[in-house]
Amino acid sequence: MIEFEMPKPIAQQSYVLQTVAENMMRPVSRYFDEHEHEIPWDYINFMHMAMRATGAGSLAPPERKEEDEAKKEEKKSRPPIAYQMLAFMLEMLSWGDVGMYLCTPGGGLGAAAVEAAGTPEQKRKFLARFAEEKPTFAAMAMTEPHCGSDTSAIRTTAVLDKTTNEWVLNGEKIFVTAGQKSLEESNGFVVVWATIDPSAGRAGIRSFVVEAGTPGVKVTKLEHKLGIRASDTASIVLQDARVPFENILGSPEIQTETTKGFKGAMATFDATRPLVAATGIGVARAALELLKEMASAQGFQVRYGLPRTKLTNFEREIIDMEVLLQSAWLLVIKSVWMADNRKPNPLEASMAKLRAGDVVTKITQRAVELMGPLGYSRDYLLEKWFRDAKITDIYEGTGQINRLVVARNILGYSGRELR
Amino acid sequence: MYSFEPSEEQKMLVDAINRYAVNDLRKKARDAEEEGHLPNDLIEKGWELGLLQASIPEAYGGFGEHSALTGVLAGEELAYGDFAGALGVLAPALFALPILLCGTEQQKQTHLPPIAEGEWQPYSAAFIEPFLDFDPNEMRTKAEKQNSHYRITGEKIYVPYADGAKQFLVYANLEGKTQAFIVDPASNGVTIVERQKLLGINALPVYKIKFEDVLIPSENRLGGEEGHEFAPIIDSMRLAMAAMALGISRAAFEYSRDYAKDRDVFGVKVAQKQAIAFMLAEMATEIEAIRLLTWEAAWKFDQHKEDASKEAYLAHTGAADMAMMVTDRAVQILGGHGYIREHPVELYMRNGRGIAMLTGIGMI
Repeated sequence: MIEFEMPKPIAQQSYVLQTVAENMMRPVSRYFDEHEHEIPWDYINFMHMAMRATGAGSLAPPERKEEDEAKKEEKKSRPPIAYQMLAFMLEMLSWGDVGMYLCTPGGGLGAAAVEAAGTPEQKRKFLARFAEEKPTFAAMAMTEPHCGSDTSAIRTTAVLDKTTNEWVLNGEKIFVTAGQKSLEESNGFVVVWATIDPSAGRAGIRSFVVEAGTPGVKVTKLEHKLGIRASDTASIVLQDARVPFENILGSPEIQTETTKGFKGAMATFDATRPLVAATGIGVARAALELLKEMASAQGFQVRYGLPRTKLTNFEREIIDMEVLLQSAWLLVIKSVWMADNRKPNPLEASMAKLRAGDVVTKITQRAVELMGPLGYSRDYLLEKWFRDAKITDIYEGTGQINRLVVARNILGYSGRELR
Repeated sequence: MYSFEPSEEQKMLVDAINRYAVNDLRKKARDAEEEGHLPNDLIEKGWELGLLQASIPEAYGGFGEHSALTGVLAGEELAYGDFAGALGVLAPALFALPILLCGTEQQKQTHLPPIAEGEWQPYSAAFIEPFLDFDPNEMRTKAEKQNSHYRITGEKIYVPYADGAKQFLVYANLEGKTQAFIVDPASNGVTIVERQKLLGINALPVYKIKFEDVLIPSENRLGGEEGHEFAPIIDSMRLAMAAMALGISRAAFEYSRDYAKDRDVFGVKVAQKQAIAFMLAEMATEIEAIRLLTWEAAWKFDQHKEDASKEAYLAHTGAADMAMMVTDRAVQILGGHGYIREHPVELYMRNGRGIAMLTGIGMI
């Protein structure tokens, strides 16, 4: 049955998180935008405490544990909603402040990568730390100075030292979201993408869990950005950094005939793209709501149900934005619903991501314009959200990369057939 | 809970409609458009799928319950075959559904069984008016109370099957509210002016009608003395347009996708060019996004949610833009061939343009 009723646990969660967003994020949004590289510890500590209290130790969906039969039966009758919970959580926190949301402890994309590609032992070993006393972070390190979207061009190497059974990593990573908090401010880790055979191209790409405190790993730079300034974007240098053999995610064998290992790593995106899309939706909703509120205070109301010829330009704009926002949000919900129900969703995940990227940039840009001189002012958060929004269309696969993924899916083309 | 999985019954229905849409409606669509005629056996075959009959409870001669959600699934699938054919098959819904949703018990007993139990017959509704700012909530066709009658005056266009219609509903402005009246086409003062030729959907016979001091007995006001709410009717009309826009757009998308995969250019297939592949990716995303919005709006309609009307309006607004965007690109992807009537995309484009202004010509 097709249904659109928000599940009760999600409604309860949204109620609580809205309070957090309104009281712990919005009041300091401007401050952290203007004090780049300061870490919002109050928010972080509060979230960590709250997540521990509720048993939600990690942002990654909880591993399915062994349960007694009665509980299992009960769970079976209830449809799974872990990814949906997560999408709603990210949407609401990003509605509060997307830069601060990116500082939420619990593992973020790094934990998601372990969750998506790790073995049960790896999940136990690496994800347990997020439930410990201090707030802990994890990050994903993929981009290098010479390559972004083209991850098969990665030059960071991982060589197996057979004498110690360790991987030795060398290379430079940039644009690592929360890299500093993961390596220097907590006992976290970074999932580093590297090649185990530079001659094998994509088939040689693997990801490795590199823990904080690993000798030879250094944060060398924090970027100055257009938006999401509360969130650190780090450069990391790996110089003969040694990690245990079992820190590799996926198979250590090179499958020259296939790119299975690479594809396994890319599968992480099916889980994370809708979540990143959800953060964009949160920013877009914040901008649209504030726009309507400010305009209403100046006497601009929106009438629904009229033919377009009778609407004012302002009304048309708002109505179009509402269509874009709600339809994009439903794409996100559908793609996480698929993830919850173990339906393969690479097409839907990329659709959700590209649509959210389009929608949030358009809505925030239009909101600034429609508010005229007020939209451009730093007295209001609209101009900040305009800056924050743009990253949604860039990280976790640019709008163009996601179009490529969608196009290959609908055309049935391989990467070679549609470059 | 959220769920995006149609029920087994809905899947079976959609499959059945899909076969009819692809094997019958679409095959006849070009000839029907050029000849300005939907063959009777084609329409009858669609009628026998029982879409409207399944919306009407047994007590009134049908065999089910009305569901807007099932309606939008069916509407998309029908229009995937042909927009004009979809409107033709569903024309009796223009008369029956408002009675089902808003009529008195007496009106339901009288009017629904002959429709639900019989073959397809021309029942219709007069809704749209010839003004650029035509607003369903402020119609220019007037109804005035006069003793035991209502006097209706005005002009309507795009009335399907008006010539020879058994009965139709006429929408008019009664003291600022839009109200429907059950009208016998043979009433004094009803003039069928002419059959109209449009940009698209030419297979569907639509007419201009004049109402000059037409006297309607009071009991023929939809909902009786007290009248009726207009929201469920306009919502259902908007949902019908949104659903059919999805069908038209999906057909246009698939045709241009398959063409692009087949056509050689500069040593590769044209679909292997990002300029084309990205257009297709955006078309597919647009369709999926608006489909979900339409589903949610239909679900809210069925659940009587407070903002159901607003969302039906948003879905229709989005669907109108989607239909134009997708069908225009489908023509563009075929290039010169897209402009030729041997391919269906030019018809999809002409039909797609209609979504914005044809509210009132279909209901689900």
